[in-house]
Amino acid sequence: MPVESVFPRLEALLPHVQKPIQYVGGELNSTVKDWDACDVRWALMYPDAYEVGLPNQGVMILYEVLNEREGVLAERTYSVWPDLEELMREHGVPQFTVDAHRPVGAFDLLGFSFSTELGYTNMLTALDLAGIPIEAKDRTEDHPVVIAGGHAAFNPEPIADFIDCAVLGDGEQAVLEITDVVRAWKREGRPGGREELLLRLARTGGVYVPGFYDVEYLPDGRIARVVPNRSGVPWRVAKHTVMDLDEWPYPKQPLVPLAETVHERMSVEIFRGCTRGCRFCQAGMITRPVRERSITGIGEMVDKGLKATGFEEVGLLSLSSADHSEIAEVAKGLADRYEEDKIGLSLPSTRVDAFNIDLADELTRNGRRSGLTFAPEGGSERIRKVINKMVSEEDLIRTVATAYGNGWRQVKLYFMCGLPTETDEDVLQIAEMASKVIAKGREVSGSNDIRCTVSIGGFVPKPHTPFQWAPQLSAEETDARLAKLRDAIRADKRYGRSIGFRYHDGKPGTVEGLLSRGDRRVGAVIRAVYEAGGRFDGWREFFSYDQWMACAGPALEPFGVDVAWYTTRERGYEEVLPWDHLDSGLDKDWLWEDWQDALDETEVEDCRWTPCFDCGVCPQMDTHIQIGPTGKKLLPLTVVK
Amino acid sequence: MRYTKRGRLRFTSHRDFQRAFERALRRADVPMAYSAGFTPHPKVSYANAAPTGTASEAEYLEIALARTRDIEELRASLDASLPDGLDIIDIVEARTGDFAEQLTASHWELRLDGVDPAEAGRAVRAFLAAETVEVRRQTKKGLRVFDARAAVVSLAVLPDPPDPAGSHGPDPHPCAILRLVVRHLIPAVRPDDVLSGLRATADLAPPVPAAVTRLAQGPLDEETGTVTDPFAPDREAAGAASTRAAGQRAAAVPGITV
Repeated sequence: MPVESVFPRLEALLPHVQKPIQYVGGELNSTVKDWDACDVRWALMYPDAYEVGLPNQGVMILYEVLNEREGVLAERTYSVWPDLEELMREHGVPQFTVDAHRPVGAFDLLGFSFSTELGYTNMLTALDLAGIPIEAKDRTEDHPVVIAGGHAAFNPEPIADFIDCAVLGDGEQAVLEITDVVRAWKREGRPGGREELLLRLARTGGVYVPGFYDVEYLPDGRIARVVPNRSGVPWRVAKHTVMDLDEWPYPKQPLVPLAETVHERMSVEIFRGCTRGCRFCQAGMITRPVRERSITGIGEMVDKGLKATGFEEVGLLSLSSADHSEIAEVAKGLADRYEEDKIGLSLPSTRVDAFNIDLADELTRNGRRSGLTFAPEGGSERIRKVINKMVSEEDLIRTVATAYGNGWRQVKLYFMCGLPTETDEDVLQIAEMASKVIAKGREVSGSNDIRCTVSIGGFVPKPHTPFQWAPQLSAEETDARLAKLRDAIRADKRYGRSIGFRYHDGKPGTVEGLLSRGDRRVGAVIRAVYEAGGRFDGWREFFSYDQWMACAGPALEPFGVDVAWYTTRERGYEEVLPWDHLDSGLDKDWLWEDWQDALDETEVEDCRWTPCFDCGVCPQMDTHIQIGPTGKKLLPLTVVK
Repeated sequence: MRYTKRGRLRFTSHRDFQRAFERALRRADVPMAYSAGFTPHPKVSYANAAPTGTASEAEYLEIALARTRDIEELRASLDASLPDGLDIIDIVEARTGDFAEQLTASHWELRLDGVDPAEAGRAVRAFLAAETVEVRRQTKKGLRVFDARAAVVSLAVLPDPPDPAGSHGPDPHPCAILRLVVRHLIPAVRPDDVLSGLRATADLAPPVPAAVTRLAQGPLDEETGTVTDPFAPDREAAGAASTRAAGQRAAAVPGITV
């Protein structure tokens, strides 16, 4: 049956809302397929505003992978701002896709990509606007299967009541496997209804269906165990890992929006995974092992992508881009190739110890030499040993001095506050480090016109990391420590004027902490906040700490737990963690040992260039490290004019 | 260059269009001339963009190329590089002075769904009869009060199309279509200002937002009150140049044969 576009009804509302262009679709390289010619239909949602969601690489990749398949269609949907939400409710316009403006409720599957837990209330808004029951147990065969993915899906327990499934890890192959299961079930005439479909998905071993697991609790509030309640459902659900990135050169045709978005560049993921072993970093832990895209694969993606988009900047993405085994050749090759075309290159994540001036020169050859950003994360040498960010102060000063000496005027330094074992003294050393940076910078540049910006936010312990057991610093203590640092910088008469200070207060971190390490009981808090009007929690102008706390108290009270129990409480070795049945490949005993090493201030090396330290991922997931060098060169491409 | 903003892409803001257009220049591999300076920009100048949410058949911009290109090929490749709805429909080579000065008036169509044409006609007559019609508009600098009447050259309701069914009684889906010619003055009077004026003078309040389209933009013919083609001077100059070139070639031919 054809599904009608809601656009005519939406169109009448658009003159009354801010930035209507974000709701009309029509992006370059977007795809609208014939509804009736497809038998598996996906709606993909990034649960944040269009300007943030559109450039998301995960959604863009899955959109293209699915649409390339015969008989499968995928359309995108984003969170609507409250001005449009109000009008949609008033006029009965449902949540829609921006591609063909089809109602989201008409699709077979609705996939949410969660980079952060702060999108949970937006998911509930979208479900409700789509006419889909908020709780999975109330849905029927007529409703889409609601799937969560992205990094936050490694602990989907707080949203267990609202989703039908979660998928861990790389999505490229997983969405196609799910598509096949849904297609077979539909073609057979939907035997056994929704229950049977979810059972088939769960039995693949790679799809987590929370409804098929019971959580039992101990009298003290901790979890006793998590048990499957259907036969054939695995005790642990495994993450997905795509091997050989060169076989998955997506996005091939990146979307180019008309509306302004947060990233306007041609992004190429140059490798996936990271084994630097920073203990706070969830991304580095859950995306192992390292899999590089080859230099020639990168060159081809950049070439095709630029032609397809007309972007002026290329972003070489990964968790630590300067660590690619052939990064120097990649940067030089691209800078040579696009010198005429005024294409800029950017390397969003650069480690202090992997930075070198030749690379930086190549990156800025076709563009501006504006600022450099490094993330020492911890202010003292001691705390950097705790978090396994092996950067000595000398290294940092030397690197920064080289930058100032070569014409850069502005260096940004990122830090975290509230790291395990941290004291005021560790954080106050950030001020000293910044002073030394400026002193050295003035010396080597011979100029007083240089700046250093310290940017700092609260640390949130994450599941599947060695710090998953750690107590989180409370919002009040975080803010007090940040205030001391600010005062120390201001008190610096000689260098303070050259040091900028930017910080994020501790309140959003407490809510993120609750949602990150929460269990199913936290779902009641999310629902209560949503019902009280909570939206767009990642946005300062919408986020309300007081509302979260006011809702959390009564919602958690029946269970005998509270926000502090989830955030500032340290967990023990024996405790069953809410995500233990979700397998990221990391051996829990290895994580515990790494946690103990952190407390002993013992560092661990990177397994790319030292022997394996048995984190468990490769044997558990049957994967292996894939790195170069390939020794190949990027050929200059001459454009036929 | 004359381009359009059609259909759902009428919600494109001018900034959005600029980004889209500059990317289309890259995709179409147009040999752009760049400005001098630390961060060179391709030389593009935009004239008089229609407000976000209004459609247009007559938007104009100028670009400077580093090399000559065939005009029709350039149009076709740029048009293909832009999303459907943002269409490049005409290009001439600039041979005369400041093009933006040609754009002294606009011809607009305002479609008022749910408004009875007879009622719209009464409002239009009241508006035209007034010496001045004071309207307010919220701008970035605050609430601005100005006259919407003086800039209006003509305003009329299109005649009702004959009812195909020949039925009698009130039309269940009335729709009034207005045609408006307005001079480009400062402050600019936009179609929504005229709509505010119709509300102020005759309480005309359309139940749904008006669908507004710019039909033409160019020099105002003061005698007929119509908007004429702003490309005409450049077309004439091009015609004269090609005649001259052809004449020179013809004159040169005997020289070669000598």
